[in-house]
Amino acid sequence: MDATAFPYGLRVLVVDDDPTWLKILEKMLRKCSYEVTTCGLARVALDILRERKNKFDIVISDVNMPDMDGFKLLEHIGLEMDLPVIMMSIDGETSRVMKGVQHGACDYLLKPVRMKELRNIWQHVYRKKMHEVKEIEGNDSCDDLQILRNSFEGLDEKSLFMRSDSDTMRKRKDVDKDHADQESSDGNTVKKARVVWSVDLHQKFVNAVNQIGFDKVGPKKILDLMNVPGLTRENVASHLQKYRLYLSRLQKQNEERILGAARQDFSHKGTSENLNLRSSFQEQPSNIANGYPHASQNIQTQTNMLDSQLEDTKSTVPLPAPDKKRTLVSDVADSQNVTSASSLGGVLSFKSMPVNQDRKPSETMILECQAWNGGIPSKQFMQYPKHNHERCDLLGDYSCLPKPDLEHPVGPSNLYTPPPLISMSCSMEGDARDFSDVKPAIMDCIKSLSPALTCTVDSVSVQLSDSVVTSIDGDLKSSSVDGLPRIKDCCLDLTNSQGSLRPSQEPSIIGSTELASLPEDLPSYPLHGVSLENIGLSSIDLLNYSDAMILSGLQSNWYDDLEFSSEMDYPSIDECLFA
Amino acid sequence: MKKSLFDQASILFSGLFFLSTGYLDEQFCQVEDLQDEASPNFVEEVVTLFFKDSGRLMSNIEQALEKYPRDFNRWDAYMQQLKGSCSSIGASRMKNECMSFRDSCGQGNVEGCMRSFQKVKREHAVLRQKLESYFQLLRQAGSAGAATRPVM
Repeated sequence: MDATAFPYGLRVLVVDDDPTWLKILEKMLRKCSYEVTTCGLARVALDILRERKNKFDIVISDVNMPDMDGFKLLEHIGLEMDLPVIMMSIDGETSRVMKGVQHGACDYLLKPVRMKELRNIWQHVYRKKMHEVKEIEGNDSCDDLQILRNSFEGLDEKSLFMRSDSDTMRKRKDVDKDHADQESSDGNTVKKARVVWSVDLHQKFVNAVNQIGFDKVGPKKILDLMNVPGLTRENVASHLQKYRLYLSRLQKQNEERILGAARQDFSHKGTSENLNLRSSFQEQPSNIANGYPHASQNIQTQTNMLDSQLEDTKSTVPLPAPDKKRTLVSDVADSQNVTSASSLGGVLSFKSMPVNQDRKPSETMILECQAWNGGIPSKQFMQYPKHNHERCDLLGDYSCLPKPDLEHPVGPSNLYTPPPLISMSCSMEGDARDFSDVKPAIMDCIKSLSPALTCTVDSVSVQLSDSVVTSIDGDLKSSSVDGLPRIKDCCLDLTNSQGSLRPSQEPSIIGSTELASLPEDLPSYPLHGVSLENIGLSSIDLLNYSDAMILSGLQSNWYDDLEFSSEMDYPSIDECLFA
Repeated sequence: MKKSLFDQASILFSGLFFLSTGYLDEQFCQVEDLQDEASPNFVEEVVTLFFKDSGRLMSNIEQALEKYPRDFNRWDAYMQQLKGSCSSIGASRMKNECMSFRDSCGQGNVEGCMRSFQKVKREHAVLRQKLESYFQLLRQAGSAGAATRPVM
């Protein structure tokens, strides 16, 4: 394959039950010059994939879908089609992400998804192909891709296959002639098992990293320390990279969350406690039960985002990699003041943080601590190296790890509380409980209420046909949206007091735009239109108004409308204004 | 002349949206950036789609509140869907209220849920009104009738 032209025309299948997201994602992917197929139902997606087996390169799917759990879809695709799958969700809670990892997702994106994240997805495809070719364990970063390219030329060949004889864990598939591996001349027909990063193995890795010090860590050193026969430097290198990326991503999310929390009413009380906790945490790595690291221990934010007063309370809790031991905490690279997560377990409580602080759509997951004794540490920051957006196979290789105990967050034993202390969320969501695992039964119930979205192949529009529950929006449509059926009268038993939209009250439209019918407590559009006209907001008049005037005028109109409407009878207003 | 009117309108409303009121966040900009010659009405289409689908989701929730009393898990799951939808166009205030609702679910607070849900509906309605005004103004300020704002 031509490396330079590779990403273009990448065939992507996007699966999402949210039609708005589906439309946005499709547009984004098209702008990346990918070939996009959209689908609103997981089952339909599977059918499509089965039917056109070799016609897709990668699948992007939402996690929460009504007809089938996104993870199940992920499994199916992995088993049947062996395509790389990227999961997406508004929910960045650790347990969900872990689940994605377990089920083999090659990445986990948080909504709102940015185009730059989508631009990179081709790397997963490229990587997977290279895996198939050489069965190289762990391509981590673009650097690694470069290494791989180099290795095609036989540069790293020696180190890659040094232990191949003694390594019973590794296997290599037959080399594809097209991807001629000059280096793979030695026994490339011998199949060896992939390195499986078990919890124990990862623990060894973590221990080694701790010992060396995250700043000074390097694959070779780790490898030597780990002293695991059959493990190669490349295995370790890739694992290290994934680990770093994972931590970095979690940290970024968390720093946003912290920021939001910090802006609320956090005090500095917990500062000294945080700092003190560091040592205590490090001494209790074994307290961590099984399961994946919980974010409680890893709250990292960027120092420059914090108030000056928070400066002294810098303490970061690095995110441990998916592993039960937390010894990594202190070893996160570039951490300034690493504190143990134990300080966060049962200590930090982020409640209902306003989303206003959620400036950046979450590309990474935010770790949210639930309890914080002695006040919130005003600062838990860690300058973490900014990683590129490549996700690599960060999540992919952890599928072997045991399912985390979602009910009990990892952390020092004295900080255990049910439900999990840490929940990851993509935005400042102060969940008191972990709602990450919606029971399957609920999903089943939800599915019966969802509209039947049909899949359009190679087309832009998503056709909606509400099956069971119709929208209360009545006839919301715009002339530019083709193919959307008019949603007829709401079929729900909604009382008027609930402010349901009554299609019959559809006001006439401003200009040519047809607007949806409005709930009772809304100003009617005609009113609003009248207001606009009253202000004289014709194009010419705009010039004559100062911004302030317009602003106040508009705003007052808006507010007036809000008050006004509640006293008005909509139908009559409509009629008289637009008779 | 017309272009500068465009800009004025755009700046005016963008300011309203993002700076003073916070109804929409940066995601809305992202959506606007996607609009191009191939999809000249993209933003409005997306917004329309959003309001339609979110209306449906809200009615799901409304039903569930009635039919399944204290079924916080269910309520939460539905609201999660709505929250996801809000994130698509950057409806940040509405999303905030969604999160409050989920908090109340987490606390098993029925009254809190009901209050939050009313706020969600309110934000939904207000946002729709504002966006419709926005598109209206763009059309007025613009030329060809398409509610498009030049890329800034």
